[in-house]
Amino acid sequence: MITVFGIFLLSLLVITALAIVQTRNLFVAVMLAAIFSLLMAANFFILDAADVALTEAAVGAGVTTVILLSALALTAEREKRSGSIRWISVAVVAVTVLILIYATFDKPALGDPDAPVHQHVAPWYLEKTPVFMDIPNVVTAVLASFRGYDTLGEVFVVFVAMVGVLFVLGGDGGRSGPITTPDPGLRHHLIPKVVGRLLLPFIILFGLYVQFHGEYGPGGGFQAGAIIATGLILHALLEGEQAALRSVPAGAMQALVVAGASLYGGVGVACMLLGGSFLDYSVLHPDPVTGRQIGIIAIELGVGMAVCGALLSIFHAFAAREH
Amino acid sequence: MEILGYFNYWVFAIVLMIGLYAVIARGNLIKKLLGLSIFQSAVFLMYITMDKVEGGTAPIIQPGAVDQLYSNPLPQVLILTAIVVGVSTTALGLAIVVRIREAYGSIEEADILEEDIYDPEDQKEDPIP
Amino acid sequence: MSVLAHLPALVVIAPLLTSPLVLLLKPRGLAWLAALVASLASFAIAIALTTSVLEGTTPGYEMGGWPAPYGIGLTIDALSAIVLLVVTGASSFALLAGRASIDSQIAPARQPYFYAAWLLAVAGFLGIAVSADAFNIFVFMEISSLACYVLIAGGPDRRALPAVFKYLIIGTVAATFYLIGVGLIYMMTGTLALADMESRIEAVADQSPILVAAGFITIGLALKAAVFPLHVWLPNAYTHAPHIVTVFLAACATKVAIYVLLRFDFFVFQQNLIGHELQFSFFLLPLAVLAVLIASGAALAESNLKRLLAYSSIAQIGYILLGASLVSVEGLTAGIVHLFNHALAKGALFLAVAGLALGASGLDLEDLRGIARKRPWTMAAFVAASLSLIGMPGTAGFISKWYLITAAIEQGPLGMVLVTVIVVSSLMALAYIWRVVEPAYFQSSETSSSAGEPAASTRGGAISWLAAVTWIAVAANFYFGLQPALPLSLAANAAGLLLGHMP
Repeated sequence: MITVFGIFLLSLLVITALAIVQTRNLFVAVMLAAIFSLLMAANFFILDAADVALTEAAVGAGVTTVILLSALALTAEREKRSGSIRWISVAVVAVTVLILIYATFDKPALGDPDAPVHQHVAPWYLEKTPVFMDIPNVVTAVLASFRGYDTLGEVFVVFVAMVGVLFVLGGDGGRSGPITTPDPGLRHHLIPKVVGRLLLPFIILFGLYVQFHGEYGPGGGFQAGAIIATGLILHALLEGEQAALRSVPAGAMQALVVAGASLYGGVGVACMLLGGSFLDYSVLHPDPVTGRQIGIIAIELGVGMAVCGALLSIFHAFAAREH
Repeated sequence: MEILGYFNYWVFAIVLMIGLYAVIARGNLIKKLLGLSIFQSAVFLMYITMDKVEGGTAPIIQPGAVDQLYSNPLPQVLILTAIVVGVSTTALGLAIVVRIREAYGSIEEADILEEDIYDPEDQKEDPIP
Repeated sequence: MSVLAHLPALVVIAPLLTSPLVLLLKPRGLAWLAALVASLASFAIAIALTTSVLEGTTPGYEMGGWPAPYGIGLTIDALSAIVLLVVTGASSFALLAGRASIDSQIAPARQPYFYAAWLLAVAGFLGIAVSADAFNIFVFMEISSLACYVLIAGGPDRRALPAVFKYLIIGTVAATFYLIGVGLIYMMTGTLALADMESRIEAVADQSPILVAAGFITIGLALKAAVFPLHVWLPNAYTHAPHIVTVFLAACATKVAIYVLLRFDFFVFQQNLIGHELQFSFFLLPLAVLAVLIASGAALAESNLKRLLAYSSIAQIGYILLGASLVSVEGLTAGIVHLFNHALAKGALFLAVAGLALGASGLDLEDLRGIARKRPWTMAAFVAASLSLIGMPGTAGFISKWYLITAAIEQGPLGMVLVTVIVVSSLMALAYIWRVVEPAYFQSSETSSSAGEPAASTRGGAISWLAAVTWIAVAANFYFGLQPALPLSLAANAAGLLLGHMP
């Protein structure tokens, strides 16, 4: 049954992707892209990747869509009809895909427990996580500790994206004209307003739950940061840009990112000062297992702060450009 | 089951193709970015497909469960990273598109090329005082 | 653990963790100072690491205390050391020299973001150079790429925007190709650590996913390295970037991609894939020759100074790959030495360009008429640095060409063809440099001299400072031309390591 469902979802995925490329209306394309992300998240879920599904839904379908829509508002909604099909690009793409399909035939089949992926490093993680960290979610353990250095890099990828968007859109180019009309947001639409205001506390609460429950169930800093950011973006859409900036000013968002990234890096440096390697949390407490748990909770918090602040800053940089 | 075992990988290849086609062949800059994120999503699907173990469950250790099979946590961790990389790239790309629209009045590749060729006034650099 | 044991991690962490703090430094100049200090700290650490590599050790590090392949390992061998020196050196010199040039091109309010992105680019490149983990390389590749897009987008000309967009699209496709390759190898071996991959790939080496992975990784990195004909993003990106950013990127951006290409191809694939050595040569040698000839030809026809030098860079990447594609100790040594020497020469040249730009109305060759009279020291530095680019005896450029020719001659009849290519392209370099020198020295500017001289009195100090640092970079070209022991021993060491992984 789950196989049939999987094939159904994957077929829908292909159709949605084709439709995104086909349509000339960019607004429609963005909406389809959100659906594409949700379908992808559902696929991830039936492939046992709960954490990834949660992230794809929050980041791909949520935040990306909002940013795309703000960018559309600043550019154009329709794509111009271009000339003939470029055969050379068709050829390049066709060759790439034929090579990839050629590669499938020696791959281990889906779900094969004897596949090399499931032999070497992965069983070690599953076996050692309860011993070293004593937390149930192995994904969190690998993310925050075994490969914590990658995750630090990931936080800085988000950070550089924020720096980039503020650098490219910021300065005085967009704010030169005086803001004439106060931005009404969606306040004159009754239903979104009521529903949105009702939802907002629950979204934030859910975000906090995902943040602090990441060691036990699916979730963690990235998902939580993205969910809380989505909630606050919803607030901005309902109440208008200005009102949202009054409750969370732009400076505070950037400070949140700097604090989050520095918290992560600071934990790493603290480990060094206490005599361990960079990001070796076991030295943070006399009991190594407790030390690792403290470290994981601290860096997950840093990740959540950085992601939330960065996504909000990016959204507001686009929204501020509209005036 | 033999065929089904590879179905995910074929879908990966086809979705990758659709994305790459949009990146290369479409002239609209936002469409290129959408194509780019489809292209990246296809790769996520490849990684997540390989983490599945038949009869397994999400890699969250259940206390007391003996002989429970778990799917592979590592590809999931890698793709969590890759998703964030994807959204970062898209956001930066969109910021550049917005500026291109302001500077050129269009987000179509052909129009931008034309503008730069037929605008000799713009050949000189314009340092900020 | 002593501080020394932490150096492999600190070289990356210092610029990485400084970058968020730079955002907080709003007052003028402080952000620049913080970036410079972090960059110099990394430079000092890179020198310390190189010293211990030269003493015969291989500094390593286990991130989070977890041994590879379970955690992420860092390894610094001779090949990494040379990249570390190039990246940190280029960044430090560019920042040291470039305050005035950056002030003239980036508005003060945007400068903290600019310097934060700069440090992230440095940290990204360094992270790639020290990493011994295939996926970790991807993460730091993305940090450096995104930071580079930001830096280039700072160019004051609006044409920087389409240029950077093109770079973003091609760079992301390239990184994703790399990710597909790594995924396929992971699928077949179950590991991400490079050393572990090498030992585990043998059992599955003849299976299609591994062959396809080798192809995807090579193409992806060749795109990043601007290997001809995958170089289309480079000329515009270099031309329209802020001048100081061009100094930094021309010295190291493509070199880091070449580094990963060499590391993957030799450490992971060469030993295990049957005939990979031949495929590698057949794929890269023709491309390298074409790059050298066609890009030099394009430089001959180019009318903008920065774009001319950008095409010259594509030709120089050809030299590096030409050496590598010979798959011999001499060839690899030549290629790796050229990686170092070209960074010296191109860095010095673009520093001189940044100096000239402060005095000229533009950087088209026509705008440079008579510039030698206005900026005698800067123009003289340009000429001296271009001697190294052409490969005059006594300069660093001569050393790498000498080794390249020696390596080519060993290849028999084919070698003579390659020697001809090298000599012809050196003459072409002489010709395109002459196209800059002639208007600068032997034509007088028609426009009134005041046009290109905004506030010369206030900027006088800054311009002399820029010229002075440019001359230090030029002096380095001559120093390493006369005393080439350091880069040569590192390169020979690295070549030995790479070939040590051959069957």
